[in-house]
Amino acid sequence: MKKKLSFTEFLSKFYVYILLLVMYAPLLLLIVFSFTDTKIIGRWDGFSLHLYEALFKDAEIMQAFGNTFLVAISSAVVSTILGTMGAIGIFYSGKRSKAIMEGISNIPVINAEIVTALSLTILFVMAGVTFNFITLLIGHVVLTIPFVILAVRPKLMQMDPNIYEAALDLGATPKKALRTIVIPQIMPGIVSGFILSITLSLDDYIITAFTRDTAFQTLSTYVYGVTSKKGTLPPSLRALTTIITLIALVILIIVNINSSGEKKKNEKI
Amino acid sequence: MANNVIIELKNVSKHFGQTYAVEDFNLYVKKGEFVTFLGPSGCGKTTTLRMIAGFELPTGGQILLNGEDISLLPPYKRPVNTVFQKYALFPHMDVYDNIAFGLKLKKIPDGEKTRKLTKEEIDKKVRKALKIVDLEEYENRDISTLSGGQQQRIAIARAIVNEPEILLLDEPLGALDLKMRKDMQLELKEMHKKLGITFIYVTHDQEEALTLSDTIVVMKDGMIQQIGTPEDIYNEPSNAFVANFIGESNIYSGTVTGDKKVRFINHVFDCVDEFPKNEKVDVVIRPEDVHITSADSGMAKGKIVSKIFKGIHYEYIMMVGRNELVIVDTRDLNVNETYGFDIEPDGIHIMKKELTSNIYNDAYIDKENRVVISECPFECDITSLVQGSIVDSEGYVVGPDGTRYDFTDADVRAEIGLKDIEILDDEEAGVVKGEIVSIIYKGDHYQLTIRTPEDEDFVLDTEYTYDENDLVGLNVRPQDIKLTLKGEAKKYAKK
Repeated sequence: MKKKLSFTEFLSKFYVYILLLVMYAPLLLLIVFSFTDTKIIGRWDGFSLHLYEALFKDAEIMQAFGNTFLVAISSAVVSTILGTMGAIGIFYSGKRSKAIMEGISNIPVINAEIVTALSLTILFVMAGVTFNFITLLIGHVVLTIPFVILAVRPKLMQMDPNIYEAALDLGATPKKALRTIVIPQIMPGIVSGFILSITLSLDDYIITAFTRDTAFQTLSTYVYGVTSKKGTLPPSLRALTTIITLIALVILIIVNINSSGEKKKNEKI
Repeated sequence: MANNVIIELKNVSKHFGQTYAVEDFNLYVKKGEFVTFLGPSGCGKTTTLRMIAGFELPTGGQILLNGEDISLLPPYKRPVNTVFQKYALFPHMDVYDNIAFGLKLKKIPDGEKTRKLTKEEIDKKVRKALKIVDLEEYENRDISTLSGGQQQRIAIARAIVNEPEILLLDEPLGALDLKMRKDMQLELKEMHKKLGITFIYVTHDQEEALTLSDTIVVMKDGMIQQIGTPEDIYNEPSNAFVANFIGESNIYSGTVTGDKKVRFINHVFDCVDEFPKNEKVDVVIRPEDVHITSADSGMAKGKIVSKIFKGIHYEYIMMVGRNELVIVDTRDLNVNETYGFDIEPDGIHIMKKELTSNIYNDAYIDKENRVVISECPFECDITSLVQGSIVDSEGYVVGPDGTRYDFTDADVRAEIGLKDIEILDDEEAGVVKGEIVSIIYKGDHYQLTIRTPEDEDFVLDTEYTYDENDLVGLNVRPQDIKLTLKGEAKKYAKK
């Protein structure tokens, strides 16, 4: 005989699913309604790709799209290089300076983004710099560098400390040993630091808004600008959000494959 | 000095802040020699090796390679190669690339210029190295697919392929199981003979050291205890530590009773070493140097209380009075029967006693009239600092002439006898706690060295058995601490 589920039993079984549904419902709604040409969400006007067509025809959005990726990739490249070098430097420095530098490099992670944005703005104004792509780039690098350090550090700690010495012992200069031995060993950390930087930079609004040249639009500033001016969401942005979600999903899958492959390799050893 | 000296260490020391890892290390190694640094963990043997490799720089002294000072040369400029304990192979490269790593960086003279090795030359050398370590056809294997023993062979191949002048080996067999270790020992010895390279080897395994080495350097607490051939070290240990560390031995406290005569385990024996009369000495006797006779003949007698079959011989424990004597003999003798025994004079090794009491030169007196040793306050008889004095109600020492002394923070020298330290199983129960770092059995008692967290040593004699690394508490009765004031008592007089 089938027993009727009590309320608590029902909750304990389906809680997670309900939670996920609540979390992702708005996103799903946007994605579903990106495939119909309607002004109001909730009314289904039949399947159409018209919004996507409109999106790709909208020169302003396409410009913002390109700008966003330009900033994301260039800032990720810069902060990955600087962050990796920083992490290695911190790792090999003395006990006390190591603790201090690790602490300091983590401050931007904990600190409110608005504070970072404001202080950067003040710095640029005081230095008499006009806001341009470089100031925006610096802003994003400041935002993402600590995350690169955090991603690389554990890989350095897992590394057998003797392999660097072994490379020196076999005749490699410190530079050569770093390039041929240490960097390949911490590569997974560098890659995840790079991806993390891209995702952080992609959706950043606060630092972008403060440090950009006002004529320079990224997706976040464009969306914010449009919605605050018109008060409503232009329909083509539904298509845009769907595309961004898709990109994020692809990145997530890449990261997961990357880390699970690495796990397997570790298990083998 | 002879021309065939390849490396020489002169007064080398390595300090890390206040503590030292290696102190005043002097050694020269001849070309082609197999030298082993032997000692317990933390004795400085690995630090010394790392200074030769260039991973650590000495804080004092000089390292000379072929007469040239290389003390401060970076590791990649030294013609030495290292085999690491945990192999330290490059995990992202295959076997071939691991071995070829050093060769690809190498520059060889070519007329007036230098050039890199060609692919064919590298290929030939890698194959030869793989052949030496018996792993031909492994070149394309991934490092992670190799067993521990195979990884160790690759690590050796990676080092010797560069034809270093000296090969440094840092406990290379430590991670292998016993059977594999024995096989590798023989192979290493074979390899050393074939290659003619100087080997410097670090181990804590005395048997390994005896098997492999031409010369053994026994170390303890950063200092060399003895340098010699395996036979020298075994037969003529320079002190009780070396005797105890290398092989089985009976160690007793003895007294020199006359010309080449020494008394221990309640008997007087002839010996070959000359010491002043009445000198307190340590006596070391190897189990195989004791010859069992019938009960009536022999220099002394005792009862066999234990018998263990060891394959080629039996190991007996004989009680001689209150002392245990370990003997090995091929004959099958009866337990609980009394036998006599002889010890040849040259089987009795006599060493100056290292320690007759604990002396602490940097002790001081605290506010409560206690003596502080190793940051721990011991109750003591403060009146012993001034003859005929008493302590008044306020805690001042009052001399016979009525002078009041305040000994707070006074520097003193404290002396505690080996038998006056009480050892407690509960580490918190004593005034000071510490870890047992060495145990030497002296026939009827053990001599323990207990090291406190502040790195001060307390040496004591006890009849009870303890294990190394046990944490124990220590107590000393106030009257057993002998205090001597540094400087004049007048300095502490209260006006």
